[in-house]
Amino acid sequence: MFAVRNALRLGSRLFIPAVTRRGCAGAAIPIDDVVNGLTEEQIQLRQTVRKFFVEKLAPHADEIDKKNEFPGMRDFWIEMGTMGLLGVTAPVECGGTGLGYLDHIIVMEELSRVSAAVGLSYGAHSNLCVNQLVRHANEKQKEKYMTKLLTGEHVGALAMSEPNAGSDVVSMKLRAKKEGDYYVLNGNKFWITNGPDADVLIVYAKTDPEAYQKGITAFIVEKGTPGFSTAQKLDKLGMRGSSTCELIFEDCKIPAENILGPLNKGVYVMMSGLDLERLVLASGPIGIMQAVLDAAIPYLHVREAFGQKIGHFQLMQGKMADMYTRLSACRQYLYSVARACDRGHFSAKDCAGVILYCAENATQVALDGIQCLGGNGYINDYPLGRFLRDAKLYEIGAGTSEVRGDHQKTASGLLWMIKVIHTHKALLYKRTCHQGF
Amino acid sequence: MSGRVLVGVKRVIDYAVKIRVKPDNTGVVTDGVKHSMNPFCEIAVEEAVKLKEKKLIKEVVAVSCGPQQSQETIRTALAMGADRGIHVDVSGKDYENLGPLQVSKILAALAKQEDAQLILLGKQAIDDDCNQTGQMTAALLDWPQGTFASEVSLEGDKINLVREIDGGLEHIKINTPAVITADLRLNTPRYATLPNIMKAKKKKIVTVKPADLGVDVTSRLEVLKVEEPPQRQAGRV
Repeated sequence: MFAVRNALRLGSRLFIPAVTRRGCAGAAIPIDDVVNGLTEEQIQLRQTVRKFFVEKLAPHADEIDKKNEFPGMRDFWIEMGTMGLLGVTAPVECGGTGLGYLDHIIVMEELSRVSAAVGLSYGAHSNLCVNQLVRHANEKQKEKYMTKLLTGEHVGALAMSEPNAGSDVVSMKLRAKKEGDYYVLNGNKFWITNGPDADVLIVYAKTDPEAYQKGITAFIVEKGTPGFSTAQKLDKLGMRGSSTCELIFEDCKIPAENILGPLNKGVYVMMSGLDLERLVLASGPIGIMQAVLDAAIPYLHVREAFGQKIGHFQLMQGKMADMYTRLSACRQYLYSVARACDRGHFSAKDCAGVILYCAENATQVALDGIQCLGGNGYINDYPLGRFLRDAKLYEIGAGTSEVRGDHQKTASGLLWMIKVIHTHKALLYKRTCHQGF
Repeated sequence: MSGRVLVGVKRVIDYAVKIRVKPDNTGVVTDGVKHSMNPFCEIAVEEAVKLKEKKLIKEVVAVSCGPQQSQETIRTALAMGADRGIHVDVSGKDYENLGPLQVSKILAALAKQEDAQLILLGKQAIDDDCNQTGQMTAALLDWPQGTFASEVSLEGDKINLVREIDGGLEHIKINTPAVITADLRLNTPRYATLPNIMKAKKKKIVTVKPADLGVDVTSRLEVLKVEEPPQRQAGRV
């Protein structure tokens, strides 16, 4: 309490160091990519996308968060499409860039560094939707859907979570009944990132409710299909600007040719996709942690108290060291797992471990960042509050931390893969979490 | 007019970095500091690539003088659309003392070696603000110069240029071969797209030494002291 009062007293609104403001916007803490083991091309990739995002997106990041909407989203998507950013892992033959998961991670990390909310929408589009199509769509489906998703004309999304099936997603209730050449979908999906905007959605439904996990099938659904509608956009604590909503299916007829992957084998599509989802999305918390450093460290070198720069106080130096080392450790873990995936070695345990570790550290680093700025960290003139609110999501989406831990501790095999249950990206804090109070 | 364009690109400390003077006052801290391509050089590269896209020139060659890291700058130019790169390797003390006179001698030698029709440079570098290299290069080659260009158009074997000068805008017509230096409003440099970065990997960068070009890089200038500007004092009302 005393610390808070002290901080609020020191962080008087009258003193907002001008250098810090400039520092928050453009100057950044350099990233040592040689230590990170990146190739020269990857270093150049980071520099290029960083420049692009700082110039095109950074000026709007705060407003996107404030208003909970991104008015320039469709134009930005097309610009990203031109840059080749929407299909980083898609093969060149499909119109993608043909790079690896580590490259995709670098792009998403730099995007989240500028705006974690847009980063989340980007991740949902480029990994959850596009990458799943790359891995499971047949030629006809690729031809029909990939091009516009890669150019940015279409926005993609993925729907697995339901109002009563978040972490326990295999218990989903959305029913898909076969009727001739069609499947009729009835039910709801909830927590769907990009839901309001998406033109193409991958939707998981129960084709055989009796078979539990062996009765799930993935479908490709187009916006505008009769019987498919979206409901209200959710008002979230963080990731504001990444639109999230409920999907409603009322006798929605989807052609059988839109089944993604084999019938009733959707759980395999889902689970293996989830590993990669966790891997790529773990770059979100890394980007947020980097943004916290970018904002906090320059401030510590400028802000004065008791006759010296507060960055000279040992406790503040300790805090800086902790923040930096947490970020570095998380980054090495993530990059190592990503490199293994790029070599064809997929470890479900480590993908879950990576996002568990990165997410929890990001929340902690964001809290430290606010503390570094004292009272100034508590007002929305500075982005630190946004960083914390955005970071918190990553402990919940793609499987709440508690569940991911469970994944870690149980034995290997398909059995525990099915035990591992995960929520999807979107998130609502107004409702009480089904885990606890 | 068809042929080869030489574009000079300089690796400088990034514009957003807070500059710090070295404790021994011999210069500024460059170790571990973020570097990038000089913004005016980016504009020059963009103009060269645009001319190539309009099929008015055949080849864009990016040139940079400096240590090994200058190759990153050349690669950025390649990713923007340049065809190949020449890295003139200057490092250590020689690099610290490298100035416009030596660079212009190097560029003049390269222009003759590569049979260039046009040299495009940024008007000045944001680290030393010299604004001399373009002019000196033109003088050494005895070529016409169009500096502070805000508009460039080729007309046969002549160039129409609009220069931004103190008094306003000056319209001139110069012969080729020529040296042009780019000013801010000449164009908006493109972002290197991922596919172009991938393509740039296959493009060649050749390394040469100044001695190979017959250029002596010893400096005629000696830096005595570098210090921060005096702290701003409070004003009086």
